[in-house]
Amino acid sequence: MKRFNKVVSAAVASAMVLAMAACGGNASDGSQAASSAANNNAAASSEATGNTGADQTVGTFVIGGIGPLTGGAAIYGNAAMNGAQIAVDEINAAGGINGAQIKFLKEDDEHDPQKSVNAYNSLKDQGMQILMGTVTSTPCVAVADKTAADGMFQLTPSASSVDAVYNDNVFQVCFTDPNQGTKSAEYISEKKLASKIGIIYDSSDVYSSGIKDTFVKEATVKGLEIVAEEAFTEATKTDFSTQLQKCQSAGAELVFMPFYYTEASLVLTQANNMGYAPIFFGVDGMDGILSAENFDTKLAEGLYMLTPFAADATDAATVKFVDTYQKNYGETPIQFAADGYDAIYIIKAAIEEAGVTPDQSVKEIGDALKSAITSITYNGITGAGKSMTWEASGEVSKAPMAIIIKDGAYASVE
Amino acid sequence: MAKLNLKSIKKSSKDAFITYALVILVYIVMQILLKGGHVSSLIQGLLVPMCVYSLVAIGLNLCVGYLGELSLGHAGFMCVGAFTSAFVSKALRDSIQSNLLLFVIALVTGVIMASVFGFLIAVPVLRLKGDYLAIVTLAFGEIIKNIVNVLYVARDDNGYHFAFSDTKKMSFDDSNGIWLINGAKGINRIPNLSNFTIGIVLILIALIIVYNLVNSRSGRAIMAIRDNHIAADSVGINITKYKLMAFTISAAIAGAGGVLYAHNLSTVTATPTNFGYNMSIMILVFVVLGGMGSLRGSVIAAVLLTLLPEVLRGLKDYRMLIYSIVLIVMMLFNWAPKSIEMRKRLAEKFVKKNQTKEEA
Repeated sequence: MKRFNKVVSAAVASAMVLAMAACGGNASDGSQAASSAANNNAAASSEATGNTGADQTVGTFVIGGIGPLTGGAAIYGNAAMNGAQIAVDEINAAGGINGAQIKFLKEDDEHDPQKSVNAYNSLKDQGMQILMGTVTSTPCVAVADKTAADGMFQLTPSASSVDAVYNDNVFQVCFTDPNQGTKSAEYISEKKLASKIGIIYDSSDVYSSGIKDTFVKEATVKGLEIVAEEAFTEATKTDFSTQLQKCQSAGAELVFMPFYYTEASLVLTQANNMGYAPIFFGVDGMDGILSAENFDTKLAEGLYMLTPFAADATDAATVKFVDTYQKNYGETPIQFAADGYDAIYIIKAAIEEAGVTPDQSVKEIGDALKSAITSITYNGITGAGKSMTWEASGEVSKAPMAIIIKDGAYASVE
Repeated sequence: MAKLNLKSIKKSSKDAFITYALVILVYIVMQILLKGGHVSSLIQGLLVPMCVYSLVAIGLNLCVGYLGELSLGHAGFMCVGAFTSAFVSKALRDSIQSNLLLFVIALVTGVIMASVFGFLIAVPVLRLKGDYLAIVTLAFGEIIKNIVNVLYVARDDNGYHFAFSDTKKMSFDDSNGIWLINGAKGINRIPNLSNFTIGIVLILIALIIVYNLVNSRSGRAIMAIRDNHIAADSVGINITKYKLMAFTISAAIAGAGGVLYAHNLSTVTATPTNFGYNMSIMILVFVVLGGMGSLRGSVIAAVLLTLLPEVLRGLKDYRMLIYSIVLIVMMLFNWAPKSIEMRKRLAEKFVKKNQTKEEA
């Protein structure tokens, strides 16, 4: 029994350590935390007076943002929220939407559906009228059901699964996963990059396996030969030698990597150690690889990726966004930041199209925006040609850009 | 008519009745508040999760507190319950119109599957003790999670299609059918059948089962094994049988928690945060904080610790830090020997004061 107690206390102690570790996210951001805590107090007092969110905020649209701000997926959530914040600041400085200012609130969901629903409810208590979120797919599916029940308009910057936009009030800024897989296969066969293809993917990840599935389907149609299809999981994402070995021995000339750049940087390093040099091809999660930690960027030379956003693009809008982002947050924005930025401007465009005002109810705004968004064409910083339109299904229609890494920088290819 | 004499009731049944009364009281108060519209959306959304974790904590308490075996795999049983029931309710959605009937069918299958898994795991695992058992159950939880992540089930006009990890071999055309379990994407668009009332009913059922079990002949045998298995063996208690019984029931209750969890959200995926060992340890924290062998304590701890991080949202980045500190303080207050001593002294003083008042 004594021994048993020891084990229990050890386990509990480790749980506490884990819980502490989970909060390591961005506690350094002190001033921001203080100001948002103040926001929160204001919201709490409005709740005490009967929670009539709309009356309290005449002249102000309350837009909520949900994403993983702590934990493993925190870089995506924080990037999207930072991007959105820049857009909000710009819009407010320029006089708001039809004169109405925007109040932007963000909540953490730790990339968990249950926490995401909690975050959504919490934002609702704070008077949110429009939701810009969630950043990741699985939580988005859970939250989308709640927004549908409330009739709230929801625009997700980066939740890419098809299930995320199943409800008619939810729209996407990013490509859906199937779209990316299909486009990648089309691109490879059109440009005749290779005929024998190996795939490495994360079977425990929705995004990665979703893209892989449609890539395989389209590749078969286009007559590309898939010689190896190797999976890794969340738990084994540090050693890729087996998967690379299999691709190499199967004679793959191109390795398709539908996952995020952190893992991709390891794949490239390990392939280099093995002396295996096929063409590597990634999708939008690959964006950011040149700023990956402990990664020799020379290894990324010749890496292709299909992504809607390139931080080195030279059009005025992108340059302005990248400059502001670097000034405010000290790093080059990744695609998620651009998605968040575009999302806020798309909401603005839809509000202007529908002519809604902040004093309308959540449901009225939701219904109006739902139909307005299908009739607008928005020119933003994500997508080749930069123009986006929406189907009633919620999927965005925009063209991806093919990018190749040349001389240590992202460069567009034709 | 014989008057109900509180003193004549056994201490153990009194304990049980206090717990039932407490749960029912909380339910009634919450219902009144909900009717009056005094509950924020955040708390409304947390009602079902609180029931989920209370249920699983009750299940684990049976295993840890009464059987005395440490299990770190209860999130695995939750996962089995969640996926089985979500699969069933999604597959039968079109043929069964009644929500309640659908939920009951899903619940029964989920609980049965979880207990089958509990039984199968228990057979080899219960040969081990203490640390070894804890590690094996932990491994089991991870296995469940990983298997679910590579399981594909779909249905179209030709019937059901199954595959492990390789969907190419499935002759499934997704244009005229639906995915029931889609690998890492889990199960999506699960009918939303859970509600607070169902959660409270399940908690009451679980409490009645566990209280009656531990106060029965079997329960005393289970506790005898915990206290001294050699002595228990020597008086003719069938150790294997009782261990299996307790472990299986414990798994079944955890499975019920999983069923409730799955039908509260429209999506269920097996990720490290919801069904991984972090969650198993979290449930253990509920049990340890509430007191091993105290079901009421488990429920209260589960409710408090589910509520705490959400109520602290206003602290933004600091909330997980504060949460951890509060957890440490609560643990010390509840279980440090000095603090127990102090609480006893305070209680004595209080009682004395009352007595002197009565005398006066």
